[in-house]
Amino acid sequence: MPRYMLLTNYDDNIGAGPMSEWGPDDITAHLEYLRALNNQLIDSGELVDMQALTGPELAKVVTFDGQGSPVVTDGPYTEVKEVLAGYQMVDVETEARAIEIAAKVSAAPGPGGVPLRQPIEVRQVMGPPPSGDL
Amino acid sequence: MTSTARIEDLLRELAPQVLGAVVRRYGDFDAAEDAVQEALLAAAMHWPAEGLPDNPRGWLIQTAVRRLTDQYRSDQARRRREESAALREVRDAEPVPRDDALVLLFMCCHPALTPASSIALTLRAVAGLSTAEIAKAFLLPKATMAQRISRAKQKIKASGIPFRMPAPEEFAPRLGSVLHVLYLLFNEGYTSSAGAELHRTDLTAEAIRLTRAVHAMLPEHGEVTGLLALMLLNDARRPARTGAHGELIPLAEQDRARWNRAAIAEGVRLTATAMSGGAVGEYQLQAAIAALHDGAERAEDTDWPQILDLYGLLERITGNPMVTLNRAVTAAMVHGPQTGLDLLAPLEERLSGHYRLDAVRAHLLDMRGDTEAAAEHYRAAAARTTSAPERQYLVTKAARLNKQNR
Repeated sequence: MPRYMLLTNYDDNIGAGPMSEWGPDDITAHLEYLRALNNQLIDSGELVDMQALTGPELAKVVTFDGQGSPVVTDGPYTEVKEVLAGYQMVDVETEARAIEIAAKVSAAPGPGGVPLRQPIEVRQVMGPPPSGDL
Repeated sequence: MTSTARIEDLLRELAPQVLGAVVRRYGDFDAAEDAVQEALLAAAMHWPAEGLPDNPRGWLIQTAVRRLTDQYRSDQARRRREESAALREVRDAEPVPRDDALVLLFMCCHPALTPASSIALTLRAVAGLSTAEIAKAFLLPKATMAQRISRAKQKIKASGIPFRMPAPEEFAPRLGSVLHVLYLLFNEGYTSSAGAELHRTDLTAEAIRLTRAVHAMLPEHGEVTGLLALMLLNDARRPARTGAHGELIPLAEQDRARWNRAAIAEGVRLTATAMSGGAVGEYQLQAAIAALHDGAERAEDTDWPQILDLYGLLERITGNPMVTLNRAVTAAMVHGPQTGLDLLAPLEERLSGHYRLDAVRAHLLDMRGDTEAAAEHYRAAAARTTSAPERQYLVTKAARLNKQNR
């Protein structure tokens, strides 16, 4: 079955602000929603992996030309409004199913229980080649 | 001392027979399957040290039944069922039929299940693999695979699929589902046998083993024989199909000395048997095509006109546009690239945006010497394929043509 990576971007433009500024109940409700969703995906036999990433505060960017020492800079995100917050990898029958799951992730509740409408990027994972030899 | 490998083989062989016997007696496929798994695990733990029991199959059935009754006993709600099961046990003393494994396959490959659940359930219930082994083969977490299997079993329970051979009028389509699942299982292993995913080739061996078992039970059936032949003939080329870094090597460029001669000989023999019967189905035709490829000493010795005829038949039976793509490539080998390109025109609508149409068009344009257009279609195909080795192949093709064009 095809695999899809559902990438959750933290997008400043949606106006919910960083989670550290939400009310504690809102944070609990948000995490509880995602936990329940992931459990559903295990139950349906579709979840391959899910991870949340630490914030841009801990991010490093490494560049290297192969000589001397690499250049390491702290979080590059001063200009960028969107950063990868986490992902789920699912093993599903169809792309439509991957989109259905992504929609649920996007509707995770934010402050006041209002759906966050985070943009979820749906990317198919490279799989094996088809069987036909020619 | 019996070697662990020999015990494993024996357990795998006995697994469907034992499950068949237990399901026949208790009728509870879901619980019986769990109990048999536990019995297999117990045997795998005890037999290597303690030696084989006198009657391994009887030992396994007894152990599974004990687990099952333990489970019923601990479950008050099932008390009544346990009693009726015990009653049935007294009456049911018939010998276990030899085709239990086939009945199990019909059950696991029931059309009510999705192919993915059928494959997982077949590997556990018929092939005797553990959930952990199946999860590993599919690169999935164990919990996810366990759920997939458990849902498949619930579905069987809910649909009330009985444990018996399909009725005569249902037999052909139901066997079709079984063969389709085995074919998909084979391809799962066959197509991903590159590089880091090498261990997945076990799935190919499983598919061949299961198809052999079906063939042993239905030796006269042309499509079963054809499918087994097809698997052997494709699998024979596996050592030459990918390069050292997992890159795809097309048939024409494969080192034929690396093909498995024994598998080819068996596949060719089975193909001849399969084709000598009456009606011919898609697996028989695909096997016949594979046999012609495998029979050619060098790529230039390939009997393209006969392959073209077979693709014509296959296209008529299946109506599959992918078969038409293969026929176009073959037609180009017989009559030149323009004939192949003409065959692609009617596929435009049905395969719109499919990378394979672009890949074939690129190949045929390249044959015609139209390198610039060929490079463009190779690039388009590379952008849309969902396979990493294939993307690498297509990108490299485009890059070579670009260099030529400069």
